[in-house]
Amino acid sequence: MNFLLVACGGFLGSILRFYISIKANKHFLGTWIANITGSTMLGFLFHFYSNGAITDGLWLLVGVGFCGAYTTFSTFGNETIQLLIAKKYRTALSYVTSSMIVSIGVVGLIVTLL
Amino acid sequence: MSTSISLKLVFAVGIGGMIGAISRYSIALVIVEDSIFPFATLIANLIGCFLLSYLLNHHLLKDKLTPELFTALTTGVIGSFTTFSTFAVEVITTWNTSILLAIIYLTSNLFGGLALCYVGYRISPSIRRATS
Repeated sequence: MNFLLVACGGFLGSILRFYISIKANKHFLGTWIANITGSTMLGFLFHFYSNGAITDGLWLLVGVGFCGAYTTFSTFGNETIQLLIAKKYRTALSYVTSSMIVSIGVVGLIVTLL
Repeated sequence: MSTSISLKLVFAVGIGGMIGAISRYSIALVIVEDSIFPFATLIANLIGCFLLSYLLNHHLLKDKLTPELFTALTTGVIGSFTTFSTFAVEVITTWNTSILLAIIYLTSNLFGGLALCYVGYRISPSIRRATS
């Protein structure tokens, strides 16, 4: 049952990420949007899961499955390397720092303020 | 740019995403975490970074597989196997126990992931780089 919940979330999350990356004219912009919005969503979900406000099942479906699959680290890494290879150093640096600072910052704010 | 995405391709990515998410969850179940350092996500992210860059630059493989299968494998399976959201949440949860460990966790994901992406890219048998 747990595997099924994670799988269903993973199915939807990966499709949404794929859709956004195609709609965004630059692929790394799509990954950026997915990673930031997905981290924000997981930050809220983690808060309510720690409180006991949401069930294990919902955490597995939306947290581990959906948010986990919707966001991606491998594409983020690969896109950064491709930017570096293309000598687009400033874009690579802004991509990495903004992805890190915004996602971790937002999660930090959610966990501290809620 | 008007892109029409075939339903077959969307479904292929979704199926890949199921496999990737289940694999990531399995690693989290297998690795008994000491609850201080989140090894499971780090391992998934590092393996995934290497595999994605290797496969995306493997032009021979890309030519052999159907576009659906190739996208299912890369964007679907490996994209879902690695995760950014859990990484971000774990940086914050680790920060609450030890700031040093949080910094180690962040940098090992970031620099380990980027290094393995580069290794995957370099050792991938690419036609494009054969002349350079």
